[in-house]
Amino acid sequence: MPSRVLPVCHSRSEHPRAASMNTHTTRPREANDPMPEQRVALSTTINGARYDLMVSHTATLLDVIRDQLDLTGTKRGCDMGGCGACTVLIASRRIASCLALAASFSDAVVTTIEGVGTADHLHPLQAAFIRHDALQCGYCTPGQILSGIALLSEGPQSIEEIREGMSGNLCRCGAHANIVAAIAEVAGL
Amino acid sequence: MSGPSFRYVRAKGLANALSEGGRRGTAYLAGGTDLLPLWKAGLTTPQEVIDISGLELANISYDGNTLVLGALARLSDVSAHPEVKTHHPLICDAILASASGQVRNLATVGGNLLQRTRCPYFRDRALACNKRDPGSGCGARHGENRHAALFGGAAACVATHASDLAVALAALDAEIIVSSAAGERRLPLADLYPLPGASTAPDSSLAGGDMITAIRIHHAERFAPRSTYLKIRDRASFEFAVVSVAAALRIEDGVIAEARLAAGGVAPLPWRLGRSEAALIGRAATQQAFLAAAELAIVDASPLGGNAFKVPLLRNAIIRALQTIGAQS
Repeated sequence: MPSRVLPVCHSRSEHPRAASMNTHTTRPREANDPMPEQRVALSTTINGARYDLMVSHTATLLDVIRDQLDLTGTKRGCDMGGCGACTVLIASRRIASCLALAASFSDAVVTTIEGVGTADHLHPLQAAFIRHDALQCGYCTPGQILSGIALLSEGPQSIEEIREGMSGNLCRCGAHANIVAAIAEVAGL
Repeated sequence: MSGPSFRYVRAKGLANALSEGGRRGTAYLAGGTDLLPLWKAGLTTPQEVIDISGLELANISYDGNTLVLGALARLSDVSAHPEVKTHHPLICDAILASASGQVRNLATVGGNLLQRTRCPYFRDRALACNKRDPGSGCGARHGENRHAALFGGAAACVATHASDLAVALAALDAEIIVSSAAGERRLPLADLYPLPGASTAPDSSLAGGDMITAIRIHHAERFAPRSTYLKIRDRASFEFAVVSVAAALRIEDGVIAEARLAAGGVAPLPWRLGRSEAALIGRAATQQAFLAAAELAIVDASPLGGNAFKVPLLRNAIIRALQTIGAQS
């Protein structure tokens, strides 16, 4: 059998499931699909930089961020809005970018994890995550951080409100208690 | 996981959207939180997607009498709106019990009312479901039916409606404004959801091209001091209701003057409990009155194999909800 290049993004398997996830980042087209691909203009600001893009009309914001802009800090988890790994901020509000059709988001101001803190100057919540050991494998962490930053701006008044407010972010390693503790510290609770 | 492609149309105003939406095989895209997962899973296959997310239908206003929620108002904006919080806390309670922060920031009021059922037979293309594939049968009736309806189910379908907001709006007698190329009409929320029949399981009474443009709630501020949304679910957050109860009372001189009760998770639509409401009127807000009202709510329940536990659960949820608001001052 002749060798061939596999169309799988082996280099980006940040997570046990990532290889299979990445295979469908460009939506597969059915052989008899009568619909031509449309390219839709999308002008958006991401992490302070202006982008004037042409995107596929079926691409989600997550697809564009990861596959077109190579901002791979934003993770693809369930791709169904259930896990929070793909959380980004629109203005200061958190959304599941896998549920956002990119074409709908012209003029949006987006923040991904690449726009939060730097290695030398961590965001206070990033520093708190380290202090509280609020991660293990790290796959959900970008989404947890962005969701936590948005939650902090909503002004949680109790630990219970943090637990409730973070229910859109799953951590399969089970770091939830430490995640809540990190957010609580930054919230002053 | 992804569906077949579609033609994408960004609506240029309401009239344009209604005209585009009138064609067969179109779907309106608002917040996308229901449409996108359905499309990715191949459960809905629109030929055209009409993007209405940019239309100016997101207003929230209250004039001291009528609360108007634009259909494109995001759930999070409604639940954070000062006049909704103050005068319509039942709506806030129901929204904050729904989904997650990430989803509520995208999801719209109109889309929430039109979300499709979470019945596992509908969500799995390998299983029989009349709602998804008319004529294929209802797998849930004799299958895994823990979440199935206690009321209003029929041979064709025993799925429940998933919206929390719809339950609160049903209790508050909300009115739905529907636009189409032919004009605008108003209908009570209850009329938005037809019951399934022997062979059909429609999601809503809307016709192709119809669009919910607003929801109006009249004179509901009188229930603000005594209202609650109690949601019983398999985990404490980001989960659909097993049973939920929207309850509101107005008490005058120690006597219940008005009562509103609607249940979620038990029927194909928000299930208004009229007989229980009537039984409360004119009585003191006592445990005895609450028990009697709750017993009336379950008289007509038709449990299947796996959901019989929801009958006492509903009764007890009604009692707890009434105890909560009966004690409020």
